[in-house]
Amino acid sequence: MFIFKGGDALKTNIDFASGPWQTSIDVENFIQTNLTHYEGDESFLAPISPKTHRLWKKCESLLAQEIKLGVLDIDLDHVSGVNHFKPGYILQEDEVIVGLQSDAPLKRIINPYGGFRLVESILKTYGREVPTHLKEAFEDWNKTHNQGVFDVYTKEMLTARSTGLLTGLPDAYGRGRIIGDYRRVALYGVDALIQAKKNDHKTLDISTEEGMRLKEEVANQMRALEDMKAMALTYGYDISAPANNAKEAVQWLYFAYLSAVKQSNGAAMSLGRTASFLDIYIERDLKAGLITELEAQELIDQFIMKLRLARHLRTPEYDELFAGDPTWVTESIGGMGMDGRSLVTKTSFRYLHTLTNLGPAPEPNMTILWSESLPAPFKAYCARMSIETGAIQYENDDIMRPLFGCDYGISCCVSAMTIGKNMQYFGARTNLGKVLLLAINGGVDELSGKVMFNDVPQLEEGVLNYTEVMKNFDDILQRTAKLYTQTMNVIHYMHDKYAYESAQMALHDTHVERLMAFGVAGLSVVADSLSAIKHAKVTPIRNEQGIAVDFSIEGDFPCFGNDDDRVDELAVDLVTRFSRYLKRHPLYRQAKHTLSVLTITSNVVYGKKTGSTPDGRKAGEAFAPGANPMHGRDQSGALASLNSVAKIPYEEVCMDGVSNTFSIVPSALGHDLETQIQNAVNVMDGYFNQKAHHLNVNVLDRAKLIDAMEHPEKYPHLTIRVSGYAVHFARLTPAQKKEVISRTFHESV
Amino acid sequence: MNPSKGFVSKIETFATADGPGVRTVVFLSGCTLRCVYCHNPDMWEGKAGKEYTVDELMKVILRMKPYFNHGGGVSFCGGEPLFQSQFLLEMLKACKENDVHTVLDTAGVGVVSTFEPILNCVDLVLLDIKGIDDLDYERMTQVKPSTTQAFIKACEKLSKPIWIRHVIVPEMNDSVEHVLSLANKIKSISNVEKVELLGFHTMGQSKYSTIRIKDPLEGVLGLDRHVLDHLQMTLNEALKI
Repeated sequence: MFIFKGGDALKTNIDFASGPWQTSIDVENFIQTNLTHYEGDESFLAPISPKTHRLWKKCESLLAQEIKLGVLDIDLDHVSGVNHFKPGYILQEDEVIVGLQSDAPLKRIINPYGGFRLVESILKTYGREVPTHLKEAFEDWNKTHNQGVFDVYTKEMLTARSTGLLTGLPDAYGRGRIIGDYRRVALYGVDALIQAKKNDHKTLDISTEEGMRLKEEVANQMRALEDMKAMALTYGYDISAPANNAKEAVQWLYFAYLSAVKQSNGAAMSLGRTASFLDIYIERDLKAGLITELEAQELIDQFIMKLRLARHLRTPEYDELFAGDPTWVTESIGGMGMDGRSLVTKTSFRYLHTLTNLGPAPEPNMTILWSESLPAPFKAYCARMSIETGAIQYENDDIMRPLFGCDYGISCCVSAMTIGKNMQYFGARTNLGKVLLLAINGGVDELSGKVMFNDVPQLEEGVLNYTEVMKNFDDILQRTAKLYTQTMNVIHYMHDKYAYESAQMALHDTHVERLMAFGVAGLSVVADSLSAIKHAKVTPIRNEQGIAVDFSIEGDFPCFGNDDDRVDELAVDLVTRFSRYLKRHPLYRQAKHTLSVLTITSNVVYGKKTGSTPDGRKAGEAFAPGANPMHGRDQSGALASLNSVAKIPYEEVCMDGVSNTFSIVPSALGHDLETQIQNAVNVMDGYFNQKAHHLNVNVLDRAKLIDAMEHPEKYPHLTIRVSGYAVHFARLTPAQKKEVISRTFHESV
Repeated sequence: MNPSKGFVSKIETFATADGPGVRTVVFLSGCTLRCVYCHNPDMWEGKAGKEYTVDELMKVILRMKPYFNHGGGVSFCGGEPLFQSQFLLEMLKACKENDVHTVLDTAGVGVVSTFEPILNCVDLVLLDIKGIDDLDYERMTQVKPSTTQAFIKACEKLSKPIWIRHVIVPEMNDSVEHVLSLANKIKSISNVEKVELLGFHTMGQSKYSTIRIKDPLEGVLGLDRHVLDHLQMTLNEALKI
């Protein structure tokens, strides 16, 4: 029995170890007091069950159709909402875990709250009629997030947006990046959560605008929780009370997540850190003889299968930025507790094992929280799954845990937040390549000729002078930081107002700490460019308007990715400086500034929209993804490349993540699988030991990708890590495929 | 401060084939052999590459130390690393001081009096057996047999663990008979932990044209993987591995 502060007593049939989690919402404490640590290997894992097998066969044929059509189906009769859809099934008799976003698998939801014009353009793309009642409702009667933002945007913001100085801003689509603590629904049941929110609502002070805003939000959160219960009831489940066994725990948790993806279409809709939480219920049921290992795996396989079917309706332009229809259902696995014991459980293995039972897939975005102290068999299993499936990413628990505690999760690709206590205001990124070119071109955009910033001194003619360029560059960086923070404030003010994520925020503490996540693209391009200007002779070739359309370079210069401090320090200085400049400007709702070096697949589009740069990169050529060295310039071997990226500081500077995508040919890791596994572990231990933050690991040959480009039918499941997430290679655009193939593949001599 | 200097043709920061774990491979310049299948002819010249002091080279190596868990470390190869014996010895000592595992990848050709001091500082020897007898040795290396036997003796005296490697070249030594006599030779060496046949490959060919020397095996194709696997199996059986 639970006694909730100020609430009613809650009943559960499970005799868990008691602790503070029983008197207030504290999932972390529940995990700490009830976890069964697992130090063994993967030999206990069970194969796919017949039910799951039949379901997945059906899904695979639907997925194949979807790839052909772009979208399988769109629900034109309803709009997004927690309980706006009838229940849907794949094959009801085989479904152990139920629930779909709409009433049929892969049928996409219209979400008009971000902006209606976008919905219209998507429907047109896929040859659907725009329902008139919707058009009326959202154009005549309601205002959307997008309208709100554009009512307030300044001319300067519009120019930054159109020239691509600031790109991918969530001003016309859902910002996402929020992780609801979906576990709370399983642990406490919805009624207790409503009760807790009621208590908070009563006490909120409304003497300020912020107070009123929060009070209204909490009311919306309570409504969402009621909707959650009603939605679950349409599937025949009453989730008002806590889950009483493993199956209910998985189902309750999934209903909570499902509510989020029925209501919101955020770019990233991450899951959090659920495996070891669910393990507590599974262990208890296994011990009590209520389920077998096969059934335990069946629960997880079916849950993961459902997560693989989550979809949002996107425009082709969006797909060009973020290839492969990603939803970033990121699940954080592993990591260490504050007490020094690992948080690895058998269910950590079961989650990864879905990549075997259901085959490799990009979603959910399996993220290993790596620590030097993780149990060796778990490290080896992760490495094996990386080699076999290419679907896993790794992030450094040893540098995140001291900042976020031991119950944080990764949102999207690399964004850490304490589950249920932090939320993020996502801010896309600024194009550092553009910042540098503006410095060289007197504040004028190199492609459009538009004036982005006034009063930027013209540079002397002839060879670029490093000190002179840096002076302009620093000035533009400061102005960009100011403009960027203001733009983000506008966007998130309006997003809170017009497209508030009440279902996800209901699964947070009422008083959350907000992180505002800024980002940069083109770090290695700019570091190499500054290195070229400093160490070689770079002369701009200017057109009639005086804009540098190309650069002639005489002499050698060190490039980022070779563990050479002469250039690596330029990269470190750049992010440190930009972070400092951002922090000068106060943020909406006292959010805390964070910064990422992450492009996802948008490095291709950024490159396309950026003129030639002083490092020798030609106009239109792709940037390297995230914090990666430029393709082919990391010539000193794999580890030197990793060492360069490891220098980019995480704490206090790039605290929203530093993404590195690493491709290595299998033979370079060793002759046989066992050696390859051990060496992959050695590489990760060595990289993370230097306080590096993130690593995508691809173990494959370039020849395989070229073959997959020419014969996609031979590789339907080929999954590769791109930048912070994985994609099915087949779903990339031709330009993205080419870029992936052109990346550095580390080989051995 | 250790200002001793040596010439380094190349540094590979990530290798997994030249010893256990993740390894940094230092290619020391200089070699007196002229192996027909040599894929690093650009490293024959004793002053090829870049000059490093011991401290400078250690700095590069220590940047890679975080990756040396589970047996990894530095492998000195070449060229023939024994060619720059003084610099090699200084480097090995510096590695010991810094707790870095060392591999010496050698054909055992050098000044005999330097072998024991060097081997004292080496953790593992990768011994390239060039030929099974004098004739075979000369055919493969294009020089007279010299100090290899003395080197093997020194290894045995100091009980150094040895991994044996031997290159198989199509139509020169790719026969079962050859491999069986190789097995007999290996049986006479103590502390052999591992034996690996390496197939001739053509990746070094372009280097010959760069240094304007005629490739002795010009036109010879790389060894077929299956032939190599078969010979390795034959060898393993003969050695009862």
